[in-house]
Amino acid sequence: MAAAFDPSGRLPDVFLNVGTSSFTQFLSAAAPDLLPGRRPLPPGSATGLVPHATTIVTLTTTDGVVMAGDRRGTMGNLISSRDMRKVHPADAHSLVGFAGTAGIAMELVRLFQVELEHYEKIEGAMLSLDGKANRLAAMVRSNLGAAMQGLAVIPIFAGFDLAAADPTRAGRIFSFDVAGGPYEEVGYDGIGSGSLFAKSALKKRYRPGMSTEEAIRVAVEALYDAADDDSATGGPDLSRRIYPVVMTATAEGTNRLSDAEAATVAEAVVAARLENPGG
Amino acid sequence: MAMQFYASPEQIMRDRSELARKGIARGRSAVMLSYEGGVLFVAENLSSALHKVSEIYDRIAFAAVGRYNEFENLRRAGVRMADTTGLSFDRRDVTGRALANAYAQTLGAIFTEQSKPFEVEICVAEVGGTPEDDELYRITYDGSVNDEPGRMAMGGQAEAVTGALKADHQLDMSLEAAVRLAVRALGSVGGEGGAPRTIAASQLEVAILDRRRVGRTFRRITGAPLTALLNGSPAEATGTETPDPKLPATGPDKPTESAASADLEGPDKSTGSTTGGKDAGNGNDKPGQGKAKPAK
Repeated sequence: MAAAFDPSGRLPDVFLNVGTSSFTQFLSAAAPDLLPGRRPLPPGSATGLVPHATTIVTLTTTDGVVMAGDRRGTMGNLISSRDMRKVHPADAHSLVGFAGTAGIAMELVRLFQVELEHYEKIEGAMLSLDGKANRLAAMVRSNLGAAMQGLAVIPIFAGFDLAAADPTRAGRIFSFDVAGGPYEEVGYDGIGSGSLFAKSALKKRYRPGMSTEEAIRVAVEALYDAADDDSATGGPDLSRRIYPVVMTATAEGTNRLSDAEAATVAEAVVAARLENPGG
Repeated sequence: MAMQFYASPEQIMRDRSELARKGIARGRSAVMLSYEGGVLFVAENLSSALHKVSEIYDRIAFAAVGRYNEFENLRRAGVRMADTTGLSFDRRDVTGRALANAYAQTLGAIFTEQSKPFEVEICVAEVGGTPEDDELYRITYDGSVNDEPGRMAMGGQAEAVTGALKADHQLDMSLEAAVRLAVRALGSVGGEGGAPRTIAASQLEVAILDRRRVGRTFRRITGAPLTALLNGSPAEATGTETPDPKLPATGPDKPTESAASADLEGPDKSTGSTTGGKDAGNGNDKPGQGKAKPAK
């Protein structure tokens, strides 16, 4: 912790000030070196030096949202990871996925998770869904300098809005770009290199009012389509038993499908594609 | 020039202690105790918004008596410290002992350096795998720390309340028995002519650190579940203790893949995955071996 040596050993003033309920704002005063956007970067481009994470899709259902991500990390033309996890719970009712520079993204997601929990503990109440999306936008924007040097991170955020008047429309999706955001999306969205293909698949298969089970199937199909045409997106790896990470956020909270559950869906999708490769 | 009166350091410290002690004794008491399923906090508190008991981290909670503005500052500092440690290292690396030390140093420094000490007494509790592993730290206005044996009372007529607690407290009590003991202890003082008081559910702030949960274990008990516990209808009470049931902890907390608490993943289903060693080895350990107890 960045504090001058104090012989009394007490917590530095910045801890005891009334200050802010935002953890990132607190860190910017107490320990700026822990914030990814605050580090000076050497000149030059770092593209191709670091693993990149790829495709995430998310769609709304009558119960909330579903988010699914493939497991591949790439470094140039090489596969750097086969079992990278890109979809995470942000808090009890929302999910965050990322595409782009994996190292910075992991850190951003960790920070975002702590940010939401921190606010909840300090204030005794959760941030609104829009508040969470705005915080994430600010955190993405703070990474703009690194993004311009080839270390871009693009998250996608989706959650169950506890304040929604109609619980069947409580699932909401927000997308971002390197300069921040958020942009609210209707129905479905995808990010990452394979998102072009995944979104085309979703465009044909998505319809409002889907159940969570249907949406999970459609999400995995969309990832399969992305992997079909994008070399940086990995399909279900049946030989190693590595399946897409699928998470849901509903009124009951967030949940990650177990490996067995994800395997069932992924194997069904693969089996269907053996009949009809176009889906 | 006016003559400066000499006051000996002993005198100054005595005066400050007296001020702090009087301030703390003016308020109402709070009781913390270990029971079979976790650590219970019961505080007399007329407000339902200004809390005396709050969550700090996954298995750590904070309770305080005295001046609200002063302990609220300390609570925020604790949350900030815990979250900073958890982010820099891992969630398992946040300990109640480190927090108790930081509070002790801070209160000690304020007591000696400032003309008015903080009129607060705080408790940092960390729930362990078994009641014997629970840690309860009492930190007083002058920065002294005590490791309490599974139960403590602070604020108001704390000694009398502690006496009432001590007589009947056992580490293997049920939640219902623990709540009723705590309320009985709180009500044993302050009644007309020494008679015990009855305290209504609306005047109590009750929370637990639930030993059986993974991730964030802190839960408040309010409303109907609390009334059921106080009135002793066990069937109802057991159903309401966990309004949001999650699987019990099956072993040591695993390293988190992200900084989110483990309870956000839903029931822990990741074991048996063939993808790698990250999760291997969990799930075979008995509960209770969960947490290494830091050396005292």
